[in-house]
Amino acid sequence: MSISVEIQAQEKIEKEVKRRRSSIRPINERIARLREESVSAEVKISSERARLITEFYRSDMAKGKSIPVQRALAFKYLMENVSLPVEDGQLIVGLRGTGVKEVPTYPEICTHSMEDLEILDKRKNMPYKVDEETKLLYKKEIIPFWRGRAMRDIIFENLPKEWIDAYEAGVWTEFMEQRAPGHTAGGERIFRMGVLDIKEEIRRKMEELNPSDPEYYEKMEELKAMDIVADAILIYARRYADKLEKMAEEEKDPVRKQELEQMAEICRWVPAHAPRTFWEALQHYWFIHVGVTYETNPWDSFNPGRIDQHLYPFYKRDLEEGRLTREKAKELLQAFWLKFNNQPAVPKVGVTAEESFTYNDFSKLNVGGLREDGSDGVNELSYLILEVLEEMRTLQPNTAVLVSEKNPDHFLIRALKVVGPGFGEPPFFNFDGAIVKMLRQGKSLEDARKCGVSGCVETGAFGREAYILTGYFNLPKVLEITLNNGVDPRTGKKIGIETGDPRNFKSFEDLWNAFLKQLKYFMDIKMRGNDIIESLYAKYLPVPFLSLWIEDCVKRAKDYNSGGARYNTQYIQVVGLGTLTDSLAAIKYHVFDRGSFSMDYLLEALRRDFNGYELMREILRNPEKTPKFGNDDDYADEIAKRIVDSVVSIIESYPPSPVRRASRRAYFLPTTVHVYFGKVTGATPDGRKSGFPVSEGVSPVQGMDRRGIAAVFRSVAKCDWDKTGGALLNQKLTPDIFDSEDNIRKLAQLIRTFFRMGGHHVQFNVVSADLLREAQRRPQDFQDLMVRVAGYSDYFVNLPKGLQDEIIERTEHMAV
Amino acid sequence: MEGVIFDVQRYAIHDGPGIRTNIYLKGCPLRCWWCQNPEGIEQKPQLMYFEFKCLHCHLCVDACPRNAIVIDENDIHRIRRDLCDGCGICSSKCPSNALKLVGRKVSVEMLVEEIKRDVLLYDASGGGVTFTGGEPFFQPEFLKEVLLACKELDIHTAVETSGFVSREVLKSLMKDINLFLHDIKLIREDEHRIYTGVSNSLILSNIRFLVDSGRRKDIIIRFPVIPTITDTDHNVDGIANFLADLKLEEIHLLPFHDVKEKYERLGMPYKMNIHDAPSQERLKEIKERFEDIGLKVVLYG
Repeated sequence: MSISVEIQAQEKIEKEVKRRRSSIRPINERIARLREESVSAEVKISSERARLITEFYRSDMAKGKSIPVQRALAFKYLMENVSLPVEDGQLIVGLRGTGVKEVPTYPEICTHSMEDLEILDKRKNMPYKVDEETKLLYKKEIIPFWRGRAMRDIIFENLPKEWIDAYEAGVWTEFMEQRAPGHTAGGERIFRMGVLDIKEEIRRKMEELNPSDPEYYEKMEELKAMDIVADAILIYARRYADKLEKMAEEEKDPVRKQELEQMAEICRWVPAHAPRTFWEALQHYWFIHVGVTYETNPWDSFNPGRIDQHLYPFYKRDLEEGRLTREKAKELLQAFWLKFNNQPAVPKVGVTAEESFTYNDFSKLNVGGLREDGSDGVNELSYLILEVLEEMRTLQPNTAVLVSEKNPDHFLIRALKVVGPGFGEPPFFNFDGAIVKMLRQGKSLEDARKCGVSGCVETGAFGREAYILTGYFNLPKVLEITLNNGVDPRTGKKIGIETGDPRNFKSFEDLWNAFLKQLKYFMDIKMRGNDIIESLYAKYLPVPFLSLWIEDCVKRAKDYNSGGARYNTQYIQVVGLGTLTDSLAAIKYHVFDRGSFSMDYLLEALRRDFNGYELMREILRNPEKTPKFGNDDDYADEIAKRIVDSVVSIIESYPPSPVRRASRRAYFLPTTVHVYFGKVTGATPDGRKSGFPVSEGVSPVQGMDRRGIAAVFRSVAKCDWDKTGGALLNQKLTPDIFDSEDNIRKLAQLIRTFFRMGGHHVQFNVVSADLLREAQRRPQDFQDLMVRVAGYSDYFVNLPKGLQDEIIERTEHMAV
Repeated sequence: MEGVIFDVQRYAIHDGPGIRTNIYLKGCPLRCWWCQNPEGIEQKPQLMYFEFKCLHCHLCVDACPRNAIVIDENDIHRIRRDLCDGCGICSSKCPSNALKLVGRKVSVEMLVEEIKRDVLLYDASGGGVTFTGGEPFFQPEFLKEVLLACKELDIHTAVETSGFVSREVLKSLMKDINLFLHDIKLIREDEHRIYTGVSNSLILSNIRFLVDSGRRKDIIIRFPVIPTITDTDHNVDGIANFLADLKLEEIHLLPFHDVKEKYERLGMPYKMNIHDAPSQERLKEIKERFEDIGLKVVLYG
């Protein structure tokens, strides 16, 4: 490289960095200060919740009560006693934890060991600082009390040996081993109901209950529990109102004083009553959010769902009646935004940390899509929220742009302009396709139109569905076990079934059938585990507070974890489509169609991790010599399609779950598990070396898509995603694609076309590999560099090296 | 009917309206010194050698039926271009694509299938297909059939041409072409001969002919900005005057980039001794010169 070229490259990187930084623009000095506090705060463990919950369960308060009532009283005890932090200058109050980014623990679900706490405290990437006091408390009080009683302990005790074997081999992960079932978003109920309205519903339902109902006792206990938690959140809000009044009294600044008084008033109205104004609506939701995330540590925390739809009536009315300006609304939204960022994900350890290695807790605010009546849902707030996203650039919350044929191009283009400066947000979803998915699962049209995406790319009927994710499933690992006739070559343990020595397979179909048999065998075990875990959560960990807000839990007097929601679904998140497709395509092409080499030779190469087989590996890694998914090549794409069809049909073949009567469905998304699954999976026939990440989402294998973005979209869209709940596609674009209005418009047309063809989701990293490499070299200078990982963005320098490398490896598509 | 192409690029967003698929036809009657796609000059398939990809496995040496690949004492591959007939056996054996055969024969049907893949993108964006190269008119019968097939499918067509095409061929194809991306390189005949190997009189008269046939609005001029060769004041002025006379509306400026490596990989001589791209200032001046006569000017990177 000549010196001038080097300088040019350096200039290019500087330009890119500048472009990224220049777009952070909090609306005013107050928000800028709050943002700075939020972004720079260190993440710590707060022991308060663990201490309180342990105090409660040890005390007489818990004695002789049913489990739901115990849980409810425990929640009430928390609401009566937790600290009431108020960030200086904030407009919305309530915070899970003792302060900004001070994260509580949930020992009744997952009791961290002393070793866990050490790891969390000391690990280089994404630490959670643990002070000595907390460690002592854990040692003396928390661990001795909860060890053996925590959900995690109960779950592992009740799972069969073959489940544990497969789990340890890395065939799957288990979502509920450290975190409670979640994956839900609020619907309109939250914004239309006050707690007192719900208490009235509960009272009427209690009156209705008939002792001749065989479930009378369970239902009555659940209703009692719901009523207790309703009171509890009122107590929490009242405590805040009192505190704010006191703060107002002491406040010297007259402007802030008046603000505090107004906030106190708001807390005296919501959540007791349904909100009347925009500000009240935000505060109301936030109390519920804090409640849900204090009650348990549910996956994907919780989220307000279709926020532009829910807030619009308040916004419009306030504007009309002169209570609000667009600027004030924006300030409130930015303040609200930071509340999410102040609540990092709960600490995860072990496999759970591997599968979801991030502070991001996946609250996802949806904008766009359709209204309940099927008309265009884009409104002024949809745009305002995009503006907030663009200016705040925080790790949390996440967003989703729901794209329907009925939405104007202008909206899509506006959203793409937020993507341009490059921090991965927002992602784009095919809303019309999501409705098809919901209808296929039996939801009513009205409920389908209320759907959205939570977590990464998970479609659900917001406010009325419990769609519980149960764990990631490692497809390439199942192929590895198939190729070893039931044995996991990493450990030599026989954990699968004998499906025949591949050397004796006469055709690709023989291999395919063996693979399906093996897959079915593992899926049986996974589903049995799912049923056990679901029963355990239903029995031991009801969530009456969450149940208040999800239709029809109160109406059915049933907990969210026992099937109270209107719709109940169980998901398996399938991982490694690209790696499996390319592996099968390689075998079909080279072993069976061409006879380039024998199965025996290939297996030997895999066994030796291609050492001594480098030329063969070159051919296997070469899209011009071996068919690869992502190049619009039917040879490979047909295999991908077949895998998706077969995996879905196997998963859906299981009868509804025993307690929640949940149907079984498939998602295709990875979070960070593709790195973990890669670590536990040996060399694969697509030329991947042992230990390297498998492909993520439904994206092609990293670097193997060489025919441009249009070809990737065509390949991906050949699979029938309407049968799934969602499929994640990552694409990396060079910044020049966003160079002009015209190019952005073309990108919008590309996205529309992808959705028209049946794609579910796409998200973009607009970042050059050069910049990422530079950030690896000088992490101190790139602390704020955010990139798209899977269904979320994260700080690049915080990611483990393997994941950083994987993102760099992804193909960079440029404009031609 | 078969033709020879050397690349197909999808999601092309710079060569005509909307989102397009670019088809690169192989073979060109011109020999421009600066040619950015030298692999498009010869019509016959050619072997390219990418040394940085080479694994030095020597599979190619054993595979070549004509012993056209020789390894020197430094383990560097030398391709005996005099012996190589472009059969492609070596490149098919090469595990890492260090040897790549550029140019493949495709039937009209196969190419149309390829074009049709992105028809939804053309629909959404008002895009279509752009034939470039090489010189697309160099394979007139093949081009005609593909153009007709596109017309049948309602796919917008653009041809990027040097304009060095017989009037007869142009007449027979022009009605099936929606847009001409028409080069003008040098306005002086003598300079044109030196730097491209051919006279420009046919090229300029073809532009006039298209304008006279009522196709003025379907022409975008493309002007390669080559330092010291085409970016001279007298050339820019001459072209500006020519375009002003014809009342053409749009011009694209395509700045020179050094592609020496491509020539080396093809074993072709490279005549350029200028390696720097034109300066931003010069490009701006040229842009303004064309804007002064009322042209819409698009500057490419």
